Amino acid sequence: MPLIKIRDLHFYRGNRAIFEGVNIDIQRGKVTAIMGPSGTGKTTLLKLIGGQLRPDKGTIEVDGQDVHKLSRSELYELRKRMGMLFQSGALLTDINVYDNVAFPLREHTDLPETLIRDLVLMKLQAVGLRNARNLHPSELSGGMARRVALARAMALEPMMIMYDEPFTGQDPISMGTLVNLIHRINDAMGLSSIVVSHDVSETAEIADYIYLLSGGKVIEQGSPVQLKRSGSQWVQQFMQGLPDGPVPFHYAGPEFADDLLKPEEYA
Amino acid sequence: MINLIRSLGRWGLSAFERLGRGHIFLMHMLAGIPGLFLRFSLVVQQLFSVGVLSLLIILISGLFVGMVLGLQGYNTLVDFGAEESLGVLVSLSLVRELGPVVSALLFAGRAGSALTAEIGLMKSTEQLSGMEMMAVDPIRRIIAPRFLAGLISMPILAAIFSAVGIIGAFLVGHGLLGVDDGAFWSQMQAKTDFYDDIMNGVIKSVVFGFVVTWIALFEGYDATPTSEGVGRATTRTVVHSAFAILGLDFVLTALMFGDE
Ligand SMILES: Nc1ncnc2c1ncn2[C@@H]1O[C@H](COP(=O)(O)OP(=O)(O)OP(=O)(O)O)[C@@H](O)[C@H]1O
Ligand SMILES: [Mg+2]
Repeated sequence: MPLIKIRDLHFYRGNRAIFEGVNIDIQRGKVTAIMGPSGTGKTTLLKLIGGQLRPDKGTIEVDGQDVHKLSRSELYELRKRMGMLFQSGALLTDINVYDNVAFPLREHTDLPETLIRDLVLMKLQAVGLRNARNLHPSELSGGMARRVALARAMALEPMMIMYDEPFTGQDPISMGTLVNLIHRINDAMGLSSIVVSHDVSETAEIADYIYLLSGGKVIEQGSPVQLKRSGSQWVQQFMQGLPDGPVPFHYAGPEFADDLLKPEEYA
Repeated sequence: MINLIRSLGRWGLSAFERLGRGHIFLMHMLAGIPGLFLRFSLVVQQLFSVGVLSLLIILISGLFVGMVLGLQGYNTLVDFGAEESLGVLVSLSLVRELGPVVSALLFAGRAGSALTAEIGLMKSTEQLSGMEMMAVDPIRRIIAPRFLAGLISMPILAAIFSAVGIIGAFLVGHGLLGVDDGAFWSQMQAKTDFYDDIMNGVIKSVVFGFVVTWIALFEGYDATPTSEGVGRATTRTVVHSAFAILGLDFVLTALMFGDE
């Protein structure tokens, strides 16, 4: 049984459809990548899985429980077992790095401070920021903030971690380390990972399975090798990052020429 | 015309919707308060930033309001040869009205706006969302301690305001204008009633503290998560709090002193 089972997911923002009939399975113990152009709703998908948004139709099951049918306290229990790495990091800005990583431990466990210290230093060591523990979030770069957020997401040793764009803002070295790290914690801690990203090569390197999203639908899925061999022009363009092809770069709407020529119509 | 009615209707609906959300928010917040007694350090931190940091403005304003009251009161009373009653005049004005009302207005400007901005920024930087995903309820963890701190701070700040105001009036009345100090204090003690005056003042400031902190926290929590949205929410906190304080003051005064 897959860890996450998404069936016939529909979600709208106002009149704009973000998802129209998406089916996704996330297998246990694997790294699953969700890829797609900017603005397709990857972050939205993670928020739907985490129960922060409600689908208009369809179901999302995590570990056999329908996320949107749970009571508040059941949902909170489930979330303790889900780690999420926000695109922005979402660190608490009034406390330092150390306290940020210790935060979920202090909130959810009665561990003594000495044990918390060991755990926090261990997680910070893993992301290479043990010596940055006294810095405040405002003193971190974007890439560092995301690594602290990763340490925090690992703190409660969850059954799964959702990474929203973990690679953006990382230099080649920390990128390599991070790719390794995601792989390592996935295998060593025996958890399942969902990686949202548009960094094709890094993602292809760690993912066991990839879903490509566009226009509210899954347009292709398979192992990295399968996707690279895909006959679809769309998939080829996306995987190789070519500028010309069927993948739209523009937000949907009237053509540019029409927009210029008929200002009154498209004001 | 139809459009006017339509937009009026839409405005009305959204106002009612906000009011509803505000009350759900309040219930949720109140539900979080009992748990705080197990983790009172969270409240203590907030007592500092909500209460202690408002002290300076309360002390200075209280002193000046008291000094002005002393001057104005003396000028009026001296025409009737009643300047000895300056103490009563000042203490009743401060304890019943000016203490609770002015300190609540200052509190809304100093602490209320800061609370709205803080919560609004936490929302727009996804800190609240992030907390929810860590299975920590931000209303219980972040909002409720601030609410309780506001509730506790407001009456204390109002009392300090009144006390400092009386000292200011005494400095002007006795030191500058030569009112007899024995008469000043003894008349004040004889004519200021504990229940009718002091307790009613305390009730007012508790009500104001409740309303101002609620407005401030809700505006922050409900703010549009952009810099502009947070800015507008902060302004709304100050404006709505001022209306609420002055309106409620009239209602409470009518209830408390209306039948005398
Ligand atoms: N709060 C919101 N209100 C209305 N529309 C929104 C909101 N948040 C996102 N959207 C819309 O939903 C769509 C999907 O947004 P989302 O953030 O999920 O994209 P994404 O795939 O994560 O993009 P990126 O790769 O750039 O992070 C966007 O087109 C955006 O316009
Ligand atoms: Mg995103």
